[in-house]
Amino acid sequence: MSAPTKPLLTARYGISESWKLANAERTGAYRIAREALTSRKPADLKDEVKKANIRGRGGAGFPAGVKWGFLNKQEGEEIYLVINADESEPGTFKDRSIMDLDPHRLIEGAIISCFAIDAHVAYIYVRGELAVSIGRLEQAIADARQAGYLGERPFGIDHAIEVYVHSGAGAYICGEETALLNSLEGRRGEPRLKPPFPAVKGAFGMPTIVNNVETIASVPDIVDMGGDAWSSLSRLPLDGGVRIYGVSGHVKNPGLYEAPVGITMRELIEDYAGGMLGDRPLKAVIPGGSSTPVLDPRRKVDAPAEAHPLHKWHGQSEIDVPMGVDTYRALGTMLGTCCAIVMDDTVNMVEACRNLMRFYKHESCGQCTPCREGCGWLVDVLDNLCEGRGKVADVALLVNISNNMMGNTICAFADGTAMPMLGMVQKFREEFMEAAARDVPEGVRHDESVLAMVEGRA
Amino acid sequence: MAFALTPEREQQVEDVLTRYPERRAALLPILWLCQRQNGWISPDVVKYVAERLELSTSIVKGVVTFYTMFFDEPVGENVVWVCRTLSCDLRGGKAIQERLESKLGCKAGHSSSDGKFTLLKAECLAACGQAPMVQINDHYYENLDLELLDRIIDTHAAKGAEAAAAEFSTFASFHAPTDGDAGSRSSVSSAPPPPSREAVRVATQPPPPADEKGDES
Repeated sequence: MSAPTKPLLTARYGISESWKLANAERTGAYRIAREALTSRKPADLKDEVKKANIRGRGGAGFPAGVKWGFLNKQEGEEIYLVINADESEPGTFKDRSIMDLDPHRLIEGAIISCFAIDAHVAYIYVRGELAVSIGRLEQAIADARQAGYLGERPFGIDHAIEVYVHSGAGAYICGEETALLNSLEGRRGEPRLKPPFPAVKGAFGMPTIVNNVETIASVPDIVDMGGDAWSSLSRLPLDGGVRIYGVSGHVKNPGLYEAPVGITMRELIEDYAGGMLGDRPLKAVIPGGSSTPVLDPRRKVDAPAEAHPLHKWHGQSEIDVPMGVDTYRALGTMLGTCCAIVMDDTVNMVEACRNLMRFYKHESCGQCTPCREGCGWLVDVLDNLCEGRGKVADVALLVNISNNMMGNTICAFADGTAMPMLGMVQKFREEFMEAAARDVPEGVRHDESVLAMVEGRA
Repeated sequence: MAFALTPEREQQVEDVLTRYPERRAALLPILWLCQRQNGWISPDVVKYVAERLELSTSIVKGVVTFYTMFFDEPVGENVVWVCRTLSCDLRGGKAIQERLESKLGCKAGHSSSDGKFTLLKAECLAACGQAPMVQINDHYYENLDLELLDRIIDTHAAKGAEAAAAEFSTFASFHAPTDGDAGSRSSVSSAPPPPSREAVRVATQPPPPADEKGDES
């Protein structure tokens, strides 16, 4: 249960103009990359990342070291590293802080990763809205190149590395790795059928590793401390290290917090985010981006069998289970991006659900019928429920539509829509039934509780 | 008249083309350069880009219509995106949109009558911890309340977009308690976020003072 002795990922955040090369270097930027490239072997570096047990920070939680292990370069092939900075999952806002406040950590991670996986080019795919972050990154890349850390002979070694920023143009689906690759190649951001997986056939038909910003930004510390040591910063097995947690919604101090993997949601809300806004009761929390099924603090973990992975927390509230990829999967939700949306007792869950389903309706790429039509239907049914045109049968209809979306599409978008929808109905069924009986009154709209603050009355 | 990029931007196109093994991959970057120059992706722009990259106009148009940030019709001088996804709505996103509509005199999805502003609803802009927020052109404006929003829009109208951005725009914010350097103003969100100015706190610092905390454990 030991906390890290010093911040790692956010170590430079407090430094004045931390995004400038001179300021970053004063606090050690590129020291690890220099050592890694000049005195270590790629295979060792890969091994450290594997031992670090770092689970992908983009939401799916796949072990990054295992992903790197899928590469099997054939004659005449070139390996690409693609860094996913298309951060757009509702509730998630961590990667932008890395790009804005410590772009050199990301570039240093990219250099080490390229060397480790034998890539010569890394593309950072940044969502188009983040013009400021794109500017910061481009300047940082130019400065690093000027200093001899990128280019034909980074740190004087014979392994050319270039890092390029590629700007998206507004499409959530481009965060899906194969849609991102299509977008990178100048196409519509529609996901590809898998297999082949990107590690076999990715960008430009070549073997490609797609990793999240935070994953790559963790690489310097991993290779510096050693994978085992970094992994043991976590409170959980096989889910290593520290990560950046986000909290938004009805808490006193919304924002980003670096902490070990495996703190509980209660700790995140109470200890880090300062507790609930206005000390109102916590009603629900979406744990890691909108695609992760909601947690209900009233619900207790039901794991009486000793063999159950959550047996240790049997009888405790859902929000007292440590936040890890595997623990949250066992809980019937997902850890996602570790950025929580916190809702107090003034929130009507049907209304909140409608808000999120509108997002998915807007963002479905439209390739697969179950997703394109299903997202639209969910919104239509929820509109009816919210506006007094609902029927009791609509609640079952929401479940039916969701079940027909799951597993029937090219990518995980439809599942990422249906799962939170089903979670909402399962955990807050009484509210959906009530809405079917008598709509959602204007007075309980979900932003009512903070309206006074925005209007300057508070 | 046929569309053409300025010589300076043409140079940027040449540079972009060296970054990818395939010519087509430069499509999004070139569309961005064109939109920055022209304000929107007009049929002339589509034709120009198609010729430049040796693609058909239908392929270019297909890409343009896929992405929400490429405008296939003219927009106002300033484009205001108001985030209405859950985290912003939980903290008053709806009130922000309504104030913008009354201030600009147009509903979301439309432009003000003087052509200065286009108001659009946005899906999550990844600034959830600083909600509610809007994006105006290239910049984010976060931790809004109605009074601050008024000042931002008034500054845009009176002094222009650059002045408003210099004064009010925000990026990923961090407020270190010991940071007394006035020169780094921009590293701190200019709007005091309700209720705390601290956007990032690291775990190794002691938890917030007990009087702030609803202790339940």
